[in-house]
Amino acid sequence: MDLLLNAIVAGLLLGGFYAAVTVGVSIAFGMLDVVNIAHPAFIILGAYIAYIMNATFGIDPILSAIIVLPAFYLFGQAIYQVYYWSFERRGEEALRGLAFFFGLLFITEVSLILVFGVDYRYVQAAYIGPTWRIGFVDFPLRMLIPCLVSLLLVLSLQLFLSRTFIGRAIMAVAQDQQALRLLSVDPIRIKRIAFGISIATASLAGAFLIIIQPIEPSVGREFIGRVFAICVLGGMGSLPGTVIAAMLLGIIESFTATFYGPSWAPAVAFGFLLITLAVRPAGLLGR
Amino acid sequence: MRSLTFLLVALLVGGIVFALALLTRNEYVLFAGFVVLQYIVLATAWNILGGYCGYVNFGTAAFFAMGAYSTVALHKIGANPGRYLEGTFAEFLMPLLPLSIPTLVIIGGLVSALVGYGMGYLTLRLRGVFFAIATLAMAVVLQTLVINWDFVGGSRGAYIIRPDSVSFAGISLSYIQYLFLVMLTLAVLALWAARQIERSRLGFGFATIRDDELAAEASGVPTLRLKLMATALSGGLMGMAGAPMPYYIGYIEPSAAFGLPYAVNSIAMPMIGGTTTWIGPLIGAILLGTLQQVATVTISSVVNLLIVGVLLVGFVIIAPKGIVGLVQDWQRKRSQP
Amino acid sequence: MTQPLLQVKGLSKRFGGFVALDGIDLDVAPGERLGLIGPNGSGKSTLVNCICGTLQNETGSVTFEGRTLDGLTASRRTHLGVARSFQLPRPFASLTLVDNVRIPLIYTVAPRAGILARTTLQVDERCMELLAMVGLDSKARRWPRDLTQVEMRKLELARAMAAEPKLLIADESMAGLSHSEVEEIIALLLRLNGQGITIILIEHIMRAVMSFSQRIAVLVSGRKIADGKPDAIVNNPEVVSAYLGQ
Repeated sequence: MDLLLNAIVAGLLLGGFYAAVTVGVSIAFGMLDVVNIAHPAFIILGAYIAYIMNATFGIDPILSAIIVLPAFYLFGQAIYQVYYWSFERRGEEALRGLAFFFGLLFITEVSLILVFGVDYRYVQAAYIGPTWRIGFVDFPLRMLIPCLVSLLLVLSLQLFLSRTFIGRAIMAVAQDQQALRLLSVDPIRIKRIAFGISIATASLAGAFLIIIQPIEPSVGREFIGRVFAICVLGGMGSLPGTVIAAMLLGIIESFTATFYGPSWAPAVAFGFLLITLAVRPAGLLGR
Repeated sequence: MRSLTFLLVALLVGGIVFALALLTRNEYVLFAGFVVLQYIVLATAWNILGGYCGYVNFGTAAFFAMGAYSTVALHKIGANPGRYLEGTFAEFLMPLLPLSIPTLVIIGGLVSALVGYGMGYLTLRLRGVFFAIATLAMAVVLQTLVINWDFVGGSRGAYIIRPDSVSFAGISLSYIQYLFLVMLTLAVLALWAARQIERSRLGFGFATIRDDELAAEASGVPTLRLKLMATALSGGLMGMAGAPMPYYIGYIEPSAAFGLPYAVNSIAMPMIGGTTTWIGPLIGAILLGTLQQVATVTISSVVNLLIVGVLLVGFVIIAPKGIVGLVQDWQRKRSQP
Repeated sequence: MTQPLLQVKGLSKRFGGFVALDGIDLDVAPGERLGLIGPNGSGKSTLVNCICGTLQNETGSVTFEGRTLDGLTASRRTHLGVARSFQLPRPFASLTLVDNVRIPLIYTVAPRAGILARTTLQVDERCMELLAMVGLDSKARRWPRDLTQVEMRKLELARAMAAEPKLLIADESMAGLSHSEVEEIIALLLRLNGQGITIILIEHIMRAVMSFSQRIAVLVSGRKIADGKPDAIVNNPEVVSAYLGQ
């Protein structure tokens, strides 16, 4: 029984982290219809930056992620600008846009291999070792802290999207660019801001990642399936949906790892995705 | 050029290439050439679904690896049939074992084609984007399955002992010469098939799917059926390219068989060469394949992958129609006063 | 009373919370010329999409020649004899005009005709014939990107005609045409009708609809508010206030 409960808790904590990993794609793909399969690569990039800051200056990973956030935001804007200019404008985003992001994914991973090599890297922080115990249930701090900060992140994003003018413009841009133009808001500018935000979340997600597990360049690819499975299951652009789907996947992965062994875990997310796509592409809280 | 003529000419060219390769008396040329030929098949196969139909497949490595692992499984059974087969089934199969490479190629192709068809059946009704993501997912699922399958070596990998020589049409060839010939034949067939499709009713259908699937449906094109055909054909060819692989290296393990270079190259080569015709993947494969063989030896195997990635992104942004497109544009400008 | 060629019963279609079509009933008799009018956004194109299978309706049914179309793919429906032109032209950009028109011929007409007839089918000639009917034969070897908007609409119509349908739905094929071009298209459609093809004409050009249609149906906000002879429709106060009066 306590094995079961621990598996559930571990799953929920993992799910919280997965929500942070996915929220960027929920915005980029769910709302802007930009298939950024390179998102996991940017997360790994964020993780490596957190690693350098931690190894060189001893800065806490989450703190360093926040410091680097503006750079990621601008980087995201730049990428969207190139994407828009080269593909979206010409209506060729299907094949070429995908190839573009795949190329970025690849370039990022290979560059990281060249710079850092394939050895595992990890960070040092006060909360990485200890575990809270409540009854017979374990709450490893290195999972708990990222989970909590992640949920905070998603909550603030949700508030931003629903309460601010720009946020609502972002939610509207997916559905009705024309209406935005009538309000003399440039839809391209809105999309650029949104994509910038999407990549900015990768900075934080990267910090969470390296807190939770050691990293090496190819780890990003394991997340592609998870991210899109969660995004689709969560109903594409819905942030609450993303959190629920993330928790669900976290629990299922946790169960699989506990009762069948960890080597099956990567297949779970992807199998999940295939089933979701085959059965209910509109997601749980579907549009 | 009529299709039969093309096939004969291509076989002739292939024959000349083989003869030249043999004349160099340099085994390395055969090894490197094998890889380039392999990429010609992979790039051409990818382009049938990606370039002709507009459906991106990120899972080339998976189809390729399925061909390779079919060979491994069958090789293991063939090397020790008594252990794995029983009764009359064994008696029936024994004389056929060990299976020859061409047979393995066909079986590898069939396995991959079936999996491609099955996966396509699940995902091709959706937008192209979801199909692309599903191919990524499928690649990881299959890799995980293979890692957990001890019969073919799991994550430790499997060793394949290859014979020293094979007699073919009365001539004795070293094994690498034989493999080179097999891959050469496969490349010729793949190119011929692609060209045939391009000029046929099927090719028109594929083009309409790429251009506007809704309009294609409205015109009576059975898009799902055509997409399934393309996926099965594309996957099948990739599996055929993968089947000889275990004999080429002698050792196969999942992270190499399912490796990212296969996925990237099979996309980069057609996109750099040009996706609308069979010539594009050929040019892309020869150029990039040779470049990579040189770079791996002179610089490093990682840097050469970086070059491929950068070229892919560069071409996709600047020259989306690839080298073929650039040549066509240049020709058109020249013919205009 | 002959059986209707097309029967739409209780058709509804929603997009999320938005109701595009609300319980549409529509019958079209064989050989009839039906006009379909209504303000922009009233659901005309959505109705066409549901009839043709480009979209799947949630409730209601579509029957063609007594056979239900529900669940059939759009290409299957085209094979059965329903063809349409798209309101916003969707040409095959990488194919020449001739090849654009060739597609329905080789994928719908030829399979339908069976193996023997296929060998006698002169595809190239038929392509040029179809292009000539809409006045595009001089541009046969050009690409859609070289066409004007008006010419693209004509290509749409030619492509729909190429499928040799029993029911042809022309969705705003005449937008932007000059007076004489409108007359030409009307004459073409009348000729096709004379050969037995049932036609649904969706247009905003009222005089074209009036002169062409035997019957007119009016769609407003997803509902059919009127259905009758042209004179009755024009004098219908509800129609006038909702649409014509504008």
